[in-house]
Parts: sequence; structure tokens; C-alpha cells
Amino acid sequence: MRNISMERVEKTRETMLETVKSPTLTHEQKVATMANLADSLLEVMDLPDGLDELLNQPIDKQCICDLSEGHAPLRPRYIIPDYAKFMKEGSGFLNLEAPKDLFEAINDLLIFYRHVPSVTNFPVYVGALDKLLDPFVQDMDEELAYKLIRLFFINMDRTILDSFSHGNIGPEDTKAGRIILKVIADTKDAVPNMTMKYDEDITPDAFAIECVRAALASAKPSFGNHRMFKSELGEDYVIASCYNGLKYGGGSYTLVRLILGNIAKRAKDTEDFLKNQLPYVMDIQARYMDERIRFIVEESGFFENNFLAKEGFIHRDKFTAMYGLVGLAEAVDILLAKEGHPEWRFGHSDEATRLGIRIMDAIEDFNNHHYNKYCEATGGHFLLHAQVGIASDIGVTPGTRIPIGEEPENLVDQLNILSHFHHYFPSGTGDIFPIDMTVHRNPEYVLDIVKGSFRKNLRYLSFYAADSDVIRITGYLVKKSEIEKLEHGQNVKHDTTALGMGAKHNGHILERKVR
Amino acid sequence: MNQDPRFQGKHYPVNKIIPFSSVDGPGNRTAVFVQGCNFNCRYCHNPETRELCINCGECVKSCPAGALGMQDGLVSFDPAKCVSCDTCIHICKHNASPRIRWMTAEDVHREILKNVPFIRGVSVSGGECTFYPELLHDLAVLCKRDGLGFLLDSNGMYDFSEDPAGLLPVIDGVMLDVKAWSAEDHQRVTGCDNALVRKNIRTLGERGKLFEVRTVVVPELFHVEETIVETARAIRPYLAIARAQKHSEVQDIRYKIIKYRPMGVRKEYQEMCPPEDAYLKQLAELARKEGIRDTIII
Repeated sequence: MRNISMERVEKTRETMLETVKSPTLTHEQKVATMANLADSLLEVMDLPDGLDELLNQPIDKQCICDLSEGHAPLRPRYIIPDYAKFMKEGSGFLNLEAPKDLFEAINDLLIFYRHVPSVTNFPVYVGALDKLLDPFVQDMDEELAYKLIRLFFINMDRTILDSFSHGNIGPEDTKAGRIILKVIADTKDAVPNMTMKYDEDITPDAFAIECVRAALASAKPSFGNHRMFKSELGEDYVIASCYNGLKYGGGSYTLVRLILGNIAKRAKDTEDFLKNQLPYVMDIQARYMDERIRFIVEESGFFENNFLAKEGFIHRDKFTAMYGLVGLAEAVDILLAKEGHPEWRFGHSDEATRLGIRIMDAIEDFNNHHYNKYCEATGGHFLLHAQVGIASDIGVTPGTRIPIGEEPENLVDQLNILSHFHHYFPSGTGDIFPIDMTVHRNPEYVLDIVKGSFRKNLRYLSFYAADSDVIRITGYLVKKSEIEKLEHGQNVKHDTTALGMGAKHNGHILERKVR
Repeated sequence: MNQDPRFQGKHYPVNKIIPFSSVDGPGNRTAVFVQGCNFNCRYCHNPETRELCINCGECVKSCPAGALGMQDGLVSFDPAKCVSCDTCIHICKHNASPRIRWMTAEDVHREILKNVPFIRGVSVSGGECTFYPELLHDLAVLCKRDGLGFLLDSNGMYDFSEDPAGLLPVIDGVMLDVKAWSAEDHQRVTGCDNALVRKNIRTLGERGKLFEVRTVVVPELFHVEETIVETARAIRPYLAIARAQKHSEVQDIRYKIIKYRPMGVRKEYQEMCPPEDAYLKQLAELARKEGIRDTIII
């Protein structure tokens, strides 16, 4: 382990003491922050040359961002346990037998969640909840089933204190799925995030409409293009965290992101960007990820010692890594301005769309030629990921989205532009649309848009009612009323509320165009 | 009116095309608004769609964006320069708009196709769309070929029993305005008689082409409860026909009860009061008592 300066140690100690005394952080948030600060003092990875200059910069210059994963990762970033196996066999480590009824199933799951690590220390995936619970609700009084599942969801919201936690339903219509939709529409809570795996050939319209109704009441579920994810990742994929497509029983070691706008600032023109600047940064980011993965797999001991791996709930060879990016819009606009065409804006001109496609093709091509031996689950390659941004981002548009405030007047134009970009990202991308209140009386409007979008190869769409309290910030849910509490200096239970507050002020997420 | 030289070559005045609409029929639809109406409803919320431009040029001078001009005695409009400030339609003393486009059915169809596959159908409104039955016929044929649903939003002044343009075989259905039930009230609200509207309820009902009836509620203007009950009774015999259909957008007959709102209404008629929400609920209940399952308040 490399030495560090006493100056850095002292600075960290000061931050730790501030953390201890913080009036707004809850106890859990303090403990997590303290752990991250301790981790920040470790220097164990063999970092690629040139990384420091790209990574440790203010947000208007930073080209690579590792999203607070720490200096010595002690677990993969995202872990996707095989909950179906747990339901079938129980767990020796947890001393739990396979559940025999809904009471036991819910109790067992809630226990299990406490033992699923992640970058947030909370489970980023809580299971295909309809499929896990459906066998237990078949012969049960529906009112009792509703009550139990409602308590289950309330428990998750109050104990999983981070909304990067995701449950899945669909594509089939199930009794448990319908109860879950009713529960989330009634409780209107931020946790867990939910995705409906939607396939118009499998999902009956009536069930899909119930999903739309739930989304207009509680900003979830989002709609994932089941056919598309299945064709890329296989039937055993899940949606976790924000909207991340990952393998069941696996996960993602790491997620690091390119900040494309800042890389474009370094380029003389488009050719320089595509030939020199972008490949240089992409290579360093990929090697940085390689090193993080090496540490997790070869040194951290996680896969040898954690019960999830030992009991077969996860398998090292089902993990991959997410090669992230943000700010395609800024990169395109900056490069077009350098070419003398500031009037061609991303989202508003064919030239901008074409340049966006050229950039994405270059990134995809790079990724297809980069090999990592621990990503055998995905052909030895990382999966591209359109990252949703973080609270401190200023002037950085998530993934390949069109900036808030610059959305095309007509939704159809926005969807047509997005249709060029969603297909690059098997490990996740998505767009978000606040919906006018009148749609409550015509949920088919939303379903038609979903159907058309998925036929046009869009991957992932989220909707919420324009006047809803719980809203989707970028990829996760937060209540506007909770943000207000935090703005007034009160404690709030979910750590993601602070991220939502940052995104409200820096990312203008309350100003999205209503559709 | 069809003597207007601009009608040459089957060009029709289109006020607006909304690519995605959630309020003009089931699901997501492209809504086409044509210019011109033969009713004069006091509560009309888009009176600028009522008449055709007479090319007086008043609006040209006041356009702040320079989007309007005069060419050969006709007002010209450049959509690229328009900033949608609506100054022109506020200036116009003739209930018209200079921003209309003269389009053929093929032109309109081409615009609609840009919204496929996101839409399930098309609704044509206005103005009064049945002012231009040939446009509706040709457009419906083109849309049906693409598998799109096709609904009309009409005030009921086209005689569907005679159907000179042959619309019924090519459209899915009609969203029919019932502005008031008694002839006297109808005359007061619209300036026109309603014998044909009532006849159209029967014709469309029998043919399974009645998608919806709709009434704008202005209690001080006409007998609202009578209108709701009598209209509900008039459509009741046709509910079974609608509900038995398989391959049509018409699966039931909906009664849409619309709250009057003063937005867009001409100044001289703006003194009317919007009804209370509780009253609208009572009206929906009246319709339900008459056997209408699908009622909706907006």
C-alpha cells in the first residue's frame, strides 16, 4: 500500500469530524460516509498513467468520474442475488428454510435484503417480486395478501434507505403483479424503484394499463423493452439500481463514466475528438476499470468469503462491468460550435443527431475491442451504460438525453431522436416524461407511446404525473416533499433525497417538458 | 364558401395538426383541426377556427415576428418565423386565423405518418370537420390503409343518413356534440336547429358508429339536466350494438361531460360561470342511471 501525505490525512480527519457532528445526516448516513472516508485513505490499486489528470478535476474539466466507488472496493458495485434459489432452498448462513407461505416468504426476503451489499450498502435489486410471491398468493384471501404485500413494501421503503433499489415485474400478467401494482399506486413511496418488463406480444393490454395507472399515481413502474434486453443479455436479465440491465445471479463490478462534454473541450475539432482525445480517455477509463475489477476479484476476497457466493446466490462468472458515459448532448454542441455551427443543437438538427451517432459508434467500437477476462458473462466486454448523472453535475446532461429545457416541442420528435441512441446500452439508458393530468382518464395514451417506442427500438421509458409528489429524478425516485424537508435542514430517511435536491438545483429536473 | 380559389385541387384549410393528443379520442392520436364552422356556440373556446380569412391584412401589420405577409392580395404565413404568440388571432375581427395551411388529404396523411407507430389513430376536429366531407373521405381511406383508427369530432350538422360523401363505410366513428336537447335551447347555444343532430344520434347509433356524445355544461345557458337525461335515453338503444363490435374503435358509447371554462372564449360571452365539480358528478350519475356505463368528466 502506498503512503499518503499527512496533509491529506488531516483533511480527511476534519471531514470525518464534520460528518460526526452533521445536523442533517441520519445515523446510517453518517456511518456510510465515515466508511467511505476511511476507504479514501487507502491506496492499493495500480492506476493507469494519466488517470489523475482526467479524474481529479472540478466538474467543468473532469473527463473520467468513478462515482464514489472508493479506493479499495470491498464488494462489486451492483449485486444481483438469485432470489428464486433462496425461495426454493433457504440459506444455511442465514439459518432460514425455504418459505412455505406468504408470511414466511416476505419475512425471509426482508432478512435477506439486509445481507446484500452494494456501493450504497443497500440492495440495488430486490427481485422479480411478482414471480417470487405469486405461488404464495394463489389460494389466499386477496385482502390479506394485499395487506401483507403492502406492509412488505412499507417495510422496504422505511428500511432500504436509498432509492437505487429496484424490483421487477412482468412481462406476464400475474395475481401477485396486480396486487403489487395496487400497493405501489396506494403507498406512493420512493422505494423500491420498479420496472415492468414489457413485451406487447406477452403482456396483456389490461395489465399494461394497470402499470400506467400505477405509474401516474407513484412514478413507477417504468417500462423496459423486454424483447430488446432478452436478445442482448438472455432470458435471465434483470433491471437494477436506476435502470441497469444485468445478469441474474451476477451483477456489475464497477461503473465509471466518461464526461463527454469535457473531453470535447480538449479537442480542436470533431476529427481531433474522434481520432485522439476520445480514444485516449476511453483507453484510460477502460484500464482503470480493469484494475478495479482485478482488485475486487483477485484481492478483496469477496467471492471466496461472502455467503452469497459460497451458497451459490451469485456467481463470479455472471458479473460484468458497466462502461458509463454522460454528456453526449454537450459534446455534440461543443464540437459543432468548434466546426462553426453553433446553431445545430443536439435534439434539434439532423447534423447533431448524426454526430451523436458517430460518437456513439466510436465508443461502441472501442468497447467491442476491449477485453476483460472477468467479464466472460458478456463476451469479455463491458456493457455500455448511459449514466443518469450525480447531484453535483452542473452542465452535464445524463447519458444521451436531450437537456432539460431544450426538449423538442413535439414528443414524437424527441422519441425519434432517442431511437438512435437507446440501442447502444444493454446495461441501461432511459428517458423520463412528466405527463399531463388529463392522461389519468386516458392511460392508453401512454401505452400507445410505449408500444410505438419499443417497436422503434427504444429501451426504457419512465412516466410520472406532472403534479405527483413522488417523482423520478434521473433514474431514481424521490418525494418532492422530502426534498423540501431537507432544504429546511430536517433529517430525511433516504440518502437519495440529498441527491434529488442537488439534481433539482443543478440539473433542473423539475423543469422537464410536460407531455 | 367552396368558391374560394384556394379550394382548387382539393386543398382544404387546416388550422392545426397536433402530433400526439391524449384528449381527442382513445389512446394516442394525431388530431387534425380544420378551419370553419357552421355553428356559433357562445362558449366556443377556439372562435378563431370558425371562419375563413377574408384577407383584410389587419393581422399582417401587427405580427411581431414578421411571419405574416401579403402576396397577390392574399395573406401569407411563414410557420418557421411564427412564435405562436397568438397576436394575429386576437387582432382578427372575423373569427379567423391567418395561420391555416391549405392541404390535400395526401398532405395531411403525410404529416400523420410521421407519428406512426406511436399513435393508434387519427381524430379530425375543427372548426367543424364535416364541412369538408370529401377531405374526410379521402383521408379516412388513406389512414385505414395504414391500419389507423379514424374518428370524427362533429357538431352533427352533416346528414349521416344521406351520407353523400360515403363517410360511414370508411370511418370508425363519431364523437358527437349534443349542445342542448330542446330545439329552443340549441338555438340559443349555437344559433342553429338540432333536428339533424338528433337524427344523427339514431343513424350513427344503428350503424355502430357512435363513439361518444359530449355536452359542455353551462347551466345558465340551457337545461343541462334535461339534455343529459334525454341524450342518455337517446343513445341507450344503441349501446348493445356498440358493445358487440369486434374490430372497431367503437366498443361502447361514452358520455363525456365537459366543464365549461372561459379560456379562449370571446369577451362578450365570458360572463358565464364554470359549473362546480360536484354538479358535474351529479350529471354523470344521471347518465349512469340511464344505463350509460362509460361516463367521463373533463
